[in-house]
Parts: sequence; structure tokens; C-alpha cells
Amino acid sequence: MATTQLLSLTGVSKEFPGVKALNNVHFDLNKGEVHAIVGENGAGKSTLMKILSGIYKKDAGDIVYQGNHVDVSSPHEAQKLGISIIHQELNLMPDLTVAQNIFIGREDRRKGRVFLDNARLNKAAKDLLAELELTLDPKQLVGTLTIAKQQMVEIAKAVSYRGEVIIMDEPTSSLTPTETESLFKIIRTLRAAGKGVVYISHRLEELSSITDRITVLRDGEYVQTLNTPETSISEVISLMVGRKLEQDQRPDVRPLSNEVVLKVEGISDIKLLRDVSFELRKGEILGFAGLMGAGRTELARALIGADPKTSGKVFLSGKEVKIKSPADAVKAGIGYLSEDRKKYGLLLVQNLTFNVILSSIPAFSNKFGFLKTKPAGKIVRDAIKQLSIRTPSENQYVKNLSGGNQQKVVIAKWLTRDCNILIFDEPTRGIDVGAKDEIYKLLTKLAKEGKSIIMISSELPEILRMSDRIAVMCEGKLTGIIDNKDADQNKIMQYATKFRN
Amino acid sequence: MSDAIKAIDGEVEGGSKIAALVKREIGRVLALGSLVVIFIFFTIMRPVFASWENVSGGILMSTTVIGLLAIGTTFVIITGGIDLSIGTATALVAIIVGKTVQSLNLNVWSGILVGLIVGGILGVINGLLITILKLPPFIATLATMKAAQGLALIVSDMKPVLFTTDVKGWDSIAQGNLIPKIPNGVLILFVGAIIAAIVLNKTVIGRYTFAIGSNEAATKLSGVKVNHWLVAIYGIGGLYVGMAAIVLTSRLGSARPDLGLGYELEAIAAVIIGGTSLLGGKGTISGTIIGALIMAVLVNGLRILELQQEWQYVITGAVIVLAVWGDNVRRRSAGEIS
Repeated sequence: MATTQLLSLTGVSKEFPGVKALNNVHFDLNKGEVHAIVGENGAGKSTLMKILSGIYKKDAGDIVYQGNHVDVSSPHEAQKLGISIIHQELNLMPDLTVAQNIFIGREDRRKGRVFLDNARLNKAAKDLLAELELTLDPKQLVGTLTIAKQQMVEIAKAVSYRGEVIIMDEPTSSLTPTETESLFKIIRTLRAAGKGVVYISHRLEELSSITDRITVLRDGEYVQTLNTPETSISEVISLMVGRKLEQDQRPDVRPLSNEVVLKVEGISDIKLLRDVSFELRKGEILGFAGLMGAGRTELARALIGADPKTSGKVFLSGKEVKIKSPADAVKAGIGYLSEDRKKYGLLLVQNLTFNVILSSIPAFSNKFGFLKTKPAGKIVRDAIKQLSIRTPSENQYVKNLSGGNQQKVVIAKWLTRDCNILIFDEPTRGIDVGAKDEIYKLLTKLAKEGKSIIMISSELPEILRMSDRIAVMCEGKLTGIIDNKDADQNKIMQYATKFRN
Repeated sequence: MSDAIKAIDGEVEGGSKIAALVKREIGRVLALGSLVVIFIFFTIMRPVFASWENVSGGILMSTTVIGLLAIGTTFVIITGGIDLSIGTATALVAIIVGKTVQSLNLNVWSGILVGLIVGGILGVINGLLITILKLPPFIATLATMKAAQGLALIVSDMKPVLFTTDVKGWDSIAQGNLIPKIPNGVLILFVGAIIAAIVLNKTVIGRYTFAIGSNEAATKLSGVKVNHWLVAIYGIGGLYVGMAAIVLTSRLGSARPDLGLGYELEAIAAVIIGGTSLLGGKGTISGTIIGALIMAVLVNGLRILELQQEWQYVITGAVIVLAVWGDNVRRRSAGEIS
């Protein structure tokens, strides 16, 4: 069968302040083809797709679409060209019907009138759904549909633009196996109709059943494009991880204490977590690896009582503790440093002192509830010195600090509260390279001083560099705990994708 | 590194502290400035405006009730919440105080205590609706606003409660002169403001008020029992409703079930003009007092200029727009907001 090229991207680059997100990346798509893009977190998949759908502007490179050089300058432009994207997080309006959602922004009006013609809208939606062999009622409210059905609405919406290219970002991440199978059926229908589908997925085992070709990206660079029938999942994984020229940095060997400070038994939650158990020892850094959506943040939040658990026990130094709210966790000496510092960690419009003492205010007040500002000031100045927080004074507003220094403020908050267990969720996200090193040194120092640290990270080099042991999660379950000396990126990825030799 | 910090520190301390203070407090400085300008304007137009009789009896006395309500609601607004019930709750507290004082033959002090307790309870009810039922503050207090309005009418049987002549000294709560030339009502307002400023800036509950308004999620994750504190903060708002109700009955010589609706918006306007952000996390009691005074001065001055009341309303509306817009412009140029 002769192939006709639908789309080709050559030499695409994109830089964000401090990060080269894409460097000279190639990608092409034929008519009637499903082409997967795979890579670790941060490999550049999403950035590439956002360039293709007009959300980001590329810094360099060329896009040829149906034989013409095009400049996709906005999502609207992409739509006009015929490139539709289905985002990982669904963008539907739950209080509108299926038909209203599909045709949002292109409503049918009665000729010359201002009123909407719902009958025609429903008819058009019905025809479209029949064409895709979807059993959906155009008049049903989208909010009442299952996630899988909502996914179908998104697909119908994408198809309704009559575009040639449909990009699907992690379309199966919230689907059950049966639902996934019916999604594949639709994708095959689209393929048979000559459309090009770009398919992004973390679930490598799906690739062999639905894709024709696989392009691997790593650290923003193009690695290789493989023909699906001629490759294997293990080949894809090793290409994704790559063989780094430099030896991975590993932590100094620290004698691991046998003292278990935290024991978690069978934590489950209502959505994702299934029966997670692990132990944390004194002075240990326990890394949590996994792909996006593996449930690591959910585990941390359930552990500290920020979200409800459906089952599970928590033991501190052998004694069971009930943690029902973050206040309980803090009382037990567990501090959580969120991946989203600005949203969940800091009071940006307040100064350093306010932020550092926030968890320990009872300790800085007398029995009448009056604040003792002098000792607070001293503690904060000491913390600034000890953690080398770069700030003109303790009265600086936290929003004026850099990401690295903001992270240190959150660390100072928990150290001031005397927390012995610290949960770092993506401790270096949004922090530039130089400051990262400082955070790493700080974590190591804390561990040496006897603090026990859980470090959730999506960056494998970071996990390998910092952790004494590595716990790997996949889809809400703990799939393995590996000693650092036995771990490498390949092995972690295998656990993270549930793929084992 | 530490030398660098010292250098930067030195620079800050080397600059004039007053200049730094003015820069930090620019919002309140501007509000106070406008108050002075408005005051001078009316004084030039009608010199009688600046007479002490007009200032204390006209301006200050007329701002006591709204001022007290505004002080209490400043706490609520700094948490990022709102309390629409304070106006009709004032009427309800006044009626309940009147009825209790009458039927139990209470003295002044017991009557005041009843007012504070009932006001505090109404505030706590708001807090519980917001934290336990998780109603948005706007909805919760809209509901209690309507309920209080109805209850005031029911309890009073739609008639004013004339109790103050039965209670010795009730009228001197607001109208006496503990300090010569200063009506007690004005004294209560300023003492209430000073207490509130101390609580807001020097105590744990004040600190949590700012923390919750700055970032409720982060405050909760820091181990603060946000819900407990929110109930207490709405309770503080209720205590000031109690004070306002007592001052109101003392001034009027009775408790009227129909008076109070609309006070909440005047109080909120005072808070906003005083530079407290409706988004939460920022605000001062002194700003609120300045805001309340700006409104009182405007109303009084326009009345002395014999402008019709309808126009007073329009001008008050314009002042709110000007005050908040001006604050936005200033903060945008200072890079505080984008």
C-alpha cells in the first residue's frame, strides 16, 4: 500500500527559561496510520504535541502539513488546518449535553434568528455518533456519563472538525480494559478512514495492539522511530531510558539504621491506591518512582490525612497512630512538602517569618494566645543562615524569592516544627539546575542528622542519586522496592510499567 | 554568601525607615490622605462642618454602629470570606437584648453581656454552616441574613421594643461622656478598634486569620485546624455585631426590628475602602476605621451642603469605585498584582 505523508515535523526545538524542552526533534505521520510517541516524564512528548496543536510556539523547525509549510500559531489555527487534540484531562462541560459539547462554539442557529436550533444540533450529533458506531444519547448531560463515555464524546468532538490529524494524549489512562478495547475499535475506524492518529501513552503494552510506528523521545531529543511489528517492548524501554554516557551519580553509602520510624500497612483510597505497604527507617531517604498518575502524590496525601483512606494502618516507631487530618500528621511529626509549593506549601503574600513559623505557632505564643515575635524572629534568622536562604531579610515576601529559596522556606517550616519524617513531593520541580544541587545536599544532610525522608520524584537520575532504597509504583499499586545498589533506570522503568522479563 | 546577605540587609536598613514605612503602608496613607482632603474640602465649603459638635455628634457618632460592624467583618473578609448577615443580625440581637432585659429586669451590664453572647452565637452559627455544611460564606450568610431578619420580626411581634427607659443608664452606654466631650459610643468604637487591631496583629487567632486568607490549603497542610479557627473568627464578627446592637439601642432608645438591613453593605464598603482585599490575606483595622470615616464624612458633608440624600448614595457608590480602582492602579504599578 502506498503511503501518503500527512504531516512532518523537522528540527523542532523549544526552550523554556532554563530548560531545553525540545532539541531538533523529527516526527512524521502518514494517512491511515497510528503513530505513537513515547518517552519518560519530561522527554518532551507533551511539548511537541502542544506545538503541533498551536498552544506553544516553536523556537525553530519546520512543519509540513499536506504538502504545505504551515505555521500553527494558535489552537484555532490548528483546528482550521484540521489538527485536533484530545487532552489527557478532559475539557468537557459537565452541565451541557453530549451534542452541545460536541458543537460548542459552532452552534446551529435558525436562519436569521438569535435562537439556537437544538433539534438540528442533536440530529447532527446523532449522525456523527452513528458514523463512529458510538452508542451515546446526544441529549444526555455529559456530567452523568462515565469517564470512558466522556472520552468518546471528546473523540466525537475531535472528529467533528473533520480534521485529518487527531492527537490523543494518554487516552486510556482512566479506562478499564473493556473500555480501552472499544476505544481501539474507534481508532481503527479512524485509521481505515485515512486519518492520521498521534497516540501518546505510558502503557507500553498497548502499543503493539494499536500502533503502526513508535517514535521514542528522550530528554527533549529525538531517539529513533521503530516499526511496531519489528520491535519489542524491552527495546522501546531501553531506548526510552537510554544509555547515559556518564555514570549515574549515587549517594554516599550510609549505614542504614534498622530502626523503623514509619510503617505503612495496606493503604487504599477510593480512587487509585490499592493496598500500599512500606517501611521507612531512621535517617533513610526512600525514593518513590513511577510514571505520572501512578499514585505517589495520592499516597502521600492519604498518608498525611489530606485525603481520606478507605483502609490502611500507620505505625510510628511501632505504635499505631490514627491520622485523619494534616493536623494529626503534623502532630505526629510528619511534614509534607507538596510538588505545588505555591498552591499547597506557601503563603505567597506573607513574609518569610510568617511562613516559617506557620506550623509551630502554638510554640511561639503564650497561654493567652499572644504571639512571641522575638524568638520567632531569631529562629527564622537562624534558619535563613542554616539553609542559606537568599533573601534580604526575614521580612521579605515569599513570592519575591526564587523557586529554590521558596522550597527552602517550606523545609524551614517543617524543621522549625521538629518534624522527623519529611515527605518531599518532586522537591526540585521548577527549580533551576544550580539550586537543585543545593537541595540535594540539604536532603542528604537532613538524612545524616537522623531525619527520615520520603522523596517522590519523576526524574530517575534524581531518584538514583538520592535514594537509599527505591519504591516503585504503577497504577496505584506498589510494584517493588529496590535497594539503590541493585537499581538502574531500566529496572525502575520495568516496575513502573509493570513490564517484567 | 552571608556577607552578601549582610550587604543587602544593610542597604535596606540604610534607607530611611520612614520612607520604607510609607512605602509599605502606602494604601492606608493614601486612604488617610483622601479622608483629610475630603474633610478640608467640606470645611472650606461650610466652616461649621469642622466644629467639634458636628465632628463628634454628627460624624463620629453616626459611624459607631457601621464602624463596629466593619471591624468585626474585617476579620471575616481577611480570611477570604464574607458576612452578609451582620446587618439583620444587629436587629435580631437588639430585639433579643430588649426582650430579655425587659422580662428578666436585667441591669446594664447583664444586658451588654446578653448582647455579646447572642451576637457571638450568631457568628458561630455562620462559622458552623461554612465549615461543617461546607456552604460558601456568601450563601451561608445570605441565609442567616434572611433568617435573622425574619426572627427579629417574629420575636418583636413587628413592634419596636422600648426598654431603654426601664433600664437605668442604658442610654448613657452610647450617649454618656466618660471622657468629657467624647460620647461613649465613639469611645466604644475606638476601644473596639484597638482591641481588634491587637487581636489581629499580636495573637494566634489573628495570625491564622491572615494565614487562612492567604492560602487555606497550605494552612491546612501545615497542620492548622482551619475549621476550628474559622468558626472562632466568625464568632469574633458576631461579638462586634453584639456591640453594634447595644450601641444602636442606646442611641435610638429602643430596639427596632426593621433597622439593620443594608448595614452589612455599608460595613463591607468601609472595609473595602480601607484597603482590605476581598480575596483575603490582607487588611487592617485602621484602614477599616478610615474607610468608615470617609463614608461618614461624605454623608455628613453632603448633608450640610444640602445635597439630596439620593445624590449622597450615588456619590458613595462613586467613592467605592474610585477607592478600589485607585488601589488596583497603585498595586499594579508596584507590581503587587498583574
